[in-house]
Amino acid sequence: MTAPLFDRLREQLSPVEAGPEDQPSAASPVLCRGVQHKVLVFELTPDQLLPVARRLHDEFGFDLFLDVTAVDWPDAPLRFEVVWHFYSTTAHVRVRLKTRVSVQDCTVDTLTPLYGSAGYMERECHDMYGIGFRGNPDLRPILLYEGFVGHPLRKDYPKQKEQPLVPYRPPQSALVR
Amino acid sequence: MPLSADSALRPPIANPVRNVLTASRDDTTVVNIGPSHPATHGTVQIIAELDAEKVVRTDVHCGYLHRGFEKECEDHTWHNLMPYVDRLNYCSALINNFAYCDAVEQLMDIEITPRTKYLRTLLAEYNRLADHLTCVAAQLMELGAMTAFLYLVTVRDSIYEHLAALTGARVTYSYGRIGGLAFDVPAGWFARLEEILKEYERYIEMVHGLVDRNRIFIDRMRNVGVISTAQAIHWGFTGPILRSTGAPRDLRKDTPYLAYGELDFDVPVGINGDNYDRYYVRMREMDESVYMVRQLLDMIPEGPIMVDDRRCVFPEKELVYTEIESLINHFKLVMEGPVVPAGDIYVAHEGANGELGFYLVSNGAGQPWKAHVRSPSFVHMGGVHTMLDGYQLADIVTTFGSVNMIGGECDR
Repeated sequence: MTAPLFDRLREQLSPVEAGPEDQPSAASPVLCRGVQHKVLVFELTPDQLLPVARRLHDEFGFDLFLDVTAVDWPDAPLRFEVVWHFYSTTAHVRVRLKTRVSVQDCTVDTLTPLYGSAGYMERECHDMYGIGFRGNPDLRPILLYEGFVGHPLRKDYPKQKEQPLVPYRPPQSALVR
Repeated sequence: MPLSADSALRPPIANPVRNVLTASRDDTTVVNIGPSHPATHGTVQIIAELDAEKVVRTDVHCGYLHRGFEKECEDHTWHNLMPYVDRLNYCSALINNFAYCDAVEQLMDIEITPRTKYLRTLLAEYNRLADHLTCVAAQLMELGAMTAFLYLVTVRDSIYEHLAALTGARVTYSYGRIGGLAFDVPAGWFARLEEILKEYERYIEMVHGLVDRNRIFIDRMRNVGVISTAQAIHWGFTGPILRSTGAPRDLRKDTPYLAYGELDFDVPVGINGDNYDRYYVRMREMDESVYMVRQLLDMIPEGPIMVDDRRCVFPEKELVYTEIESLINHFKLVMEGPVVPAGDIYVAHEGANGELGFYLVSNGAGQPWKAHVRSPSFVHMGGVHTMLDGYQLADIVTTFGSVNMIGGECDR
């Protein structure tokens, strides 16, 4: 069951055979990277995300949205790699979508119209990396607190940095009056 | 003058985005439950709009236990993450350990030894038992069923003591290792395991007798917090919650890993997707886990527990002291960490609460470039409002108990 579905996906979504060095572009917006550790991987341009996700959801039965997160590559021209995982509860296979966005314009489309669960996970990704999700009405902080400045999982956010809501007081012993 | 009215006194807020739910109608009230409330086990805040006692809508906030797990992981070697992943779901830390180890091992293309494979399966099921016991016990206690709670916790405590005899810790075991396990099972451990399984059966029988057909229990649980299969999948529910709706979705069956492909077990499902079904699915799953543990006891072969791979496995201590290659090997592993080939991987195990996924990215160094956890509790918090809205205020407690939110893995 697995292999035919993967073959169909590969044919339908990415008809052009891509070399390992090729990047998704306007000419070939969706590139298949093959099955990596049992997950079929596609790289695509940001504008292709919603159409491809919609086809995965409607045509290919990927009904469970697993995860969205980002990977920060500070030296790359398109700094953030946004990664989505989908699961089919009928075929029991996973698909990974990847796209690259720059730090100046790190916005991708939301998947909340397709999957309710995307809402919370997009909020987390927005918290941690500052990725914007166009169309998500609720991008309030979820794991961080309101007022937190910056995006802690970006590589340029110092690990030791602290942003206390209440200023620290010098340590006081209960015995000292 | 209230503090908030004077802008000079208000604390500076850079992005004031969290607006508290406001009443949508004249006759409703907004109440705040949590984040620290005895009835919400775990630090979570629920802002609920109430029409008298009925919940109109809810806004669930988590993050109060956020401690920068993923940021911390990027600064430690692959080995050193083990205690951190323990503390994700502290009710079933071994499942976290093994899922993480499995992800790294697949990335390194390591195949674990047969003994480790079966031992990990056994321990994962054993720990699932402890997790479900905790969840059901807490849920019953919140309804006032103190006796059932004490029965279940008695068994759990035996399991904790027993796991402490194996790993040295009661809750956070750090027992997994990349390429194997920390150490082998001590003498007499399996004999005690049999005793505990019998103890489990004795107590669980009493709990079934006390609770299953109890009028009060049924009134509080039946048709409360109902969710359909389609809704559950839409909101990303996995694990016992999804199964309680009648969908037999279990990664142990669907995408078998470890030794699950060789085991005989059922995937219990519910009918209604309500609190009672979630209770019963967990109770039945515990029986299946015990059944699996018993099968595994006869399957565990003799042999080494660690693979023979110098990229990740520490050399024998005696060799470290006597030969230079092993000494260098030891130092390299401690100071630089195991060399994991560049690439990324998503590996999911069936955690006690649902799909526990690790998305790891390596750039070829001894530390992860990124370690992301797809934690079931966090995803469940995104959809739990569908199970709370429309029921009574008091039902929030029971429904929330049946979701079994674990703050450690939810907030990371």
